[in-house]
Amino acid sequence: MPVVLIVAESQPDGQLRKATLHAIAAGADLAAKAGAELHVAVLAETPGPLAERLRDVGAKVIHTLASPSYAHYLAETYAPAVAELVKSVGASFVGAAATAQGRDLLPRVAARLHAAMASDVIAVSGKGTDITFTRPMWAGAVIAEVKLKTETKAFTVRATEFPAAAAGQPPAEVKVVSGTAAVSSPTRFVDFKEVKSARPELTEARIVVSGGRGTKGDFKEVEALADELGAAVGASRAACDAGWVPNDWQVGQTGKVVAPQLYIAAGISGAIQHLAGMKGSKVIVAINKDPEAPIFQVADYGIVGDLFKVLPELRAAIHGAK
Amino acid sequence: MKILVTAKRVEDPESKIKVKADGSGIVQEGLKYKMNPFDEIAVEEGLRLVAKHGGEVVVVSIGPKEVQEQLRHALAMGAARGVWVNHAGPLDPMGAAGLLQKVVEKEKPDVCILGKQSIDDDQSQTGQYLAEWLGWSQGTFASKLDSLESEAEKAKAPALELSSDGKTLQVVREVDSGLSTLACTLPAVVTTDLRLNQPRYASLPGIMKAKSKPVEELTPQALGVDVGLKVEVLRLTPPPARKAGVKVGDVQELFQKLKNEAKVL
Repeated sequence: MPVVLIVAESQPDGQLRKATLHAIAAGADLAAKAGAELHVAVLAETPGPLAERLRDVGAKVIHTLASPSYAHYLAETYAPAVAELVKSVGASFVGAAATAQGRDLLPRVAARLHAAMASDVIAVSGKGTDITFTRPMWAGAVIAEVKLKTETKAFTVRATEFPAAAAGQPPAEVKVVSGTAAVSSPTRFVDFKEVKSARPELTEARIVVSGGRGTKGDFKEVEALADELGAAVGASRAACDAGWVPNDWQVGQTGKVVAPQLYIAAGISGAIQHLAGMKGSKVIVAINKDPEAPIFQVADYGIVGDLFKVLPELRAAIHGAK
Repeated sequence: MKILVTAKRVEDPESKIKVKADGSGIVQEGLKYKMNPFDEIAVEEGLRLVAKHGGEVVVVSIGPKEVQEQLRHALAMGAARGVWVNHAGPLDPMGAAGLLQKVVEKEKPDVCILGKQSIDDDQSQTGQYLAEWLGWSQGTFASKLDSLESEAEKAKAPALELSSDGKTLQVVREVDSGLSTLACTLPAVVTTDLRLNQPRYASLPGIMKAKSKPVEELTPQALGVDVGLKVEVLRLTPPPARKAGVKVGDVQELFQKLKNEAKVL
């Protein structure tokens, strides 16, 4: 039986990165269409806990690869191991979430296997060996259906387009892949500086409040509303480029792609590359002084006005209703 | 240092991209073209490294004769010479990486700097394929700790840091929930993220000088690379349109709509 292999990802704290669950759901969808089995690969210094966490989310087999060289993720150590596993299980498809790690790793795995790859996949269609991937191009201005013409096929998954794989499914068989020795790498991990936040993760939050150029660098009201709502804070590229807020707050095609229940854009004009990162939100609110701002074309509710007046009033209304 | 950078010709990111009615491609009429913005950042970083450590920047572009405009732009920014891989028609990341691999084997640079993705196909794969096929270290999504408003940026200091022995390049990378730093042993492939630097404009003397800088022409055939598509684009469609919503008069109305109509509060 053909195999779809999904590479799991852990966060620097060792916990599962939630995007993996969405990639597993996409993998299950693909496996059903391709008539394949779903397998998951867990690479870590000690992969046991992560494998256990993923035991009942729909995979038939979980392969664990343990090595001290996996303590810190490096494409140069992970790619050979994943490629070997793809060959030994005879996988036709290898994928991962389109996170920074997935986007770094999968093309290197694909290169080793001389496999073609589709990045940022938003849907899978077809049957048997006739599978097509749907993915955005030109910052989401175009949706493309692509076919990969190599024997082995690689892909990354845009997490917001697939549900998280549900727990409580029949348990996977856990197979320990032996002989994963330490690999020498021309790249050395130096350090990781975590941007710590008490707020929810941007890509996982139910509500996101974002600020743009209209804040003129003052994010106090954006943050205050976010905290009132228990929301994550996002930003436009202009706000990040100006150094007003951390880079990893950027929402957009080249930043984070988010799809919360509610997205509030304050002082963001709505450049195409920003829209590409938040158009999937269920409800969009735009607050902008310029009635012609493109953001209003995608907003469910728009209010023309000064964000420094609107945001505190909205916060007071929400607080008052609690 | 010898640095190889890429300059892909893409649609101007400010232009409105429309899909042809039959889904076979995008409407080309009225489109402007320029260098992929991520590649401009790659050219800039190459120039800064060379300004600090000496050496030369060689710029490569793959495409029909029009890509010479992008090569000339990179030369006007300050690159020393150009390599034009003359190829008409579509190209996928495996084709591009295969051609770049051959150019690298010929040029033998210490570092290749590429945009992390091109703004047309948005695949973000070529640098990684290239690194693997060369067996080189990879530092993708290179960024920096300082902002684009910082003093270091104003002084046009390179963000990629060469070790004192000249053997490794330190790359700060934008990853999920923070910044990771790698030490890449040279030779290495680096791909650039948005906030690595602010690319310079080409100066008038730069533009004049660029006209006489050498550009070597190569072909996929001469390089012995099969550029047959492995990623076939079957059909393009416009994204599903979002219904334009309503403008509300005041914050109370907005609050009521969010609470009672959208039910998201």
